[in-house]
Amino acid sequence: MRKLEFVIRRIAMSILVLVGLSVITFTLARVIPSDPAALYIGPHPNPGDLERTREKLGLNRPVPVQYAYYVRDLLRGDLGDSIATKRPVLQEIGDRWPASLELLLTAMIFAVLVGVPLGVLSAQLQGSPFDVAVRTLSIVGVSMPAFWAGLLLQVVFFRNLHLLPLAGRFDTDLRFSSPIQPLTGFYLIDSAVTGNWIALKDVAWHTVLPALTLAAYPIGLIARMTRATMIEVLSQDYIRTARAYGTPEWFTIYFYALKNAIGPTLTVIGLTLAYALTGTFFIEIVFNWPGLGLFTVHSLLNTDHPAIMGITLLAAAGYVIINLMVDVAQAWIDPRISLA
Amino acid sequence: MQIAEWLNRRGGAAEAGELAPRRQAAHVAYVILRDPLALFSVLVILAFVLVAIAGPWLAPFPEQGYGKTNVATRMLPMSREHPFGTDRLGRDLLSRVIIAARPALLVSLGVVLIAILIGAPLGALAGFAGGRLDDLIMRITDLFLAFPSLLLAMAIVAALGPGLEHAAMALAISWWPWYTRLVRGMAISLRQRYFVEAAQSIGVPSSVIILRHILPNCLSPILVQATVDIGTVILASMGLAFIGLGAQPPAPDWGLMVSEGRTFILDQWWYSTFPGLAIFITVLAFNLLGDTLRDIFDPRQYR
Repeated sequence: MRKLEFVIRRIAMSILVLVGLSVITFTLARVIPSDPAALYIGPHPNPGDLERTREKLGLNRPVPVQYAYYVRDLLRGDLGDSIATKRPVLQEIGDRWPASLELLLTAMIFAVLVGVPLGVLSAQLQGSPFDVAVRTLSIVGVSMPAFWAGLLLQVVFFRNLHLLPLAGRFDTDLRFSSPIQPLTGFYLIDSAVTGNWIALKDVAWHTVLPALTLAAYPIGLIARMTRATMIEVLSQDYIRTARAYGTPEWFTIYFYALKNAIGPTLTVIGLTLAYALTGTFFIEIVFNWPGLGLFTVHSLLNTDHPAIMGITLLAAAGYVIINLMVDVAQAWIDPRISLA
Repeated sequence: MQIAEWLNRRGGAAEAGELAPRRQAAHVAYVILRDPLALFSVLVILAFVLVAIAGPWLAPFPEQGYGKTNVATRMLPMSREHPFGTDRLGRDLLSRVIIAARPALLVSLGVVLIAILIGAPLGALAGFAGGRLDDLIMRITDLFLAFPSLLLAMAIVAALGPGLEHAAMALAISWWPWYTRLVRGMAISLRQRYFVEAAQSIGVPSSVIILRHILPNCLSPILVQATVDIGTVILASMGLAFIGLGAQPPAPDWGLMVSEGRTFILDQWWYSTFPGLAIFITVLAFNLLGDTLRDIFDPRQYR
């Protein structure tokens, strides 16, 4: 019951935060700019449009009423029309987010699958050359600018070694020879599910470099955090007891120790999600990945205001929701948290 | 502070964070001089600051560093005259990289300083006062923390317009909540210490207690966080410049140079590599130093 209370409280707090987020984006979109209507329509509007937009946004009304208009539009799913593409912002986002999410998830899964074992091994072999290597790599991963690393990898793996493709999600020839069925928008899943092995190999090959670049920072952070928590956990009495009982070492490590060490690691995973969210901007630019990040950057450079504000709000909202899920997962794993 | 010093001279201090400032500094120096990685990071940071200060005198072609073009020497590879090669407008890249150190340092120092100046007092106030004020401040802080920092910075720059000053402002606005949360935690634990109780009982007003007792005792975690943050802010501002939201051409900026070199990366790889390398080594140094300081001041906390 305590857990349920905790979850409900967390959800309520998240809703409050979402409301606050809408206030911030509203301020950035309507209060700060000198002419919000002009920003909303874009350059060269038709004669009556400016006035009609002013009415629609409620710019002639007091600020709280404007905010009410803003929220009403949000709840209806109306984020405005993108100035660049003339289509609703929500639709633009809907078309592009699977690409970004696929990249993000691939990178995060890779980061966890690599980072956690590295951290565990590093803790077990504390002080050894392996440990030193892991620690060095972690700090390097955390300090590298993602865009620069991506460029370097492109040069090494595409130009010098001719191993991996340069950019994009898949080879454009594939569109004619073996097109991918757009089932979920996640090309890896779509091609696997429909048995399109040629496309699957191609998409996988195209995903390697971007995902690797994106995963560098999370791997560094996760490995370091796992290592630090494992070192502390391994010195605890219950580990000594388990060993004295003759429990096989692998069971001790991966069941007792890891379960206790996983808490701070989950927090770190939540933190790295923030990095990964913003990291996708750079990765998508460098690798020409047709996702939300690329669209955001184009919008930023073209001052496509409705798009920018819509993306900011949705990305931040997504981040809040994912953090909520991470917190709930933590409470589920570690009952002590729900007592706090 | 005086009472803490008195106690220190009498008995042992539990952690380095509790020592008097002069002994603290000596201890830090002792640890750094013996750890090769930490020593390396300090040397790199000193070099960075030196280059930032003495940029125009160190660069072989200072006017080109600032933006003067020389179309005759476009896209030259590395040579003795141009150790890093030249860019697409003929400017010597070594000079550009050297001169770009100064804005990088100034922006990151400025942003972190402003973030501390806004965030730390708010955090001390929230932690010390508790109750409704604490709730209010923490609500606002959590709100800003709910945004991924770079996303918020991008949105603010979108609202204000591109440019280095706007990027710096946006970054400062995104960074202050971290310090509020940090200092609030410290303030809550310090609130119960005897010297605070003693000060309150002789009638010292709360504002003075916060200024003279609580804030100075928070300096070590703030310092650790600030060191790492300088590196992270450099990364963030270079990222913004790479996208096109930060420094604008022809200003010298590492991120901007990496972005410019991107079109030529396959043939003229030096164009993007060296500015990026500069970013990497600088941030690496700050991260290493921050790690070392964290180990010294708070070996139990391993964030």
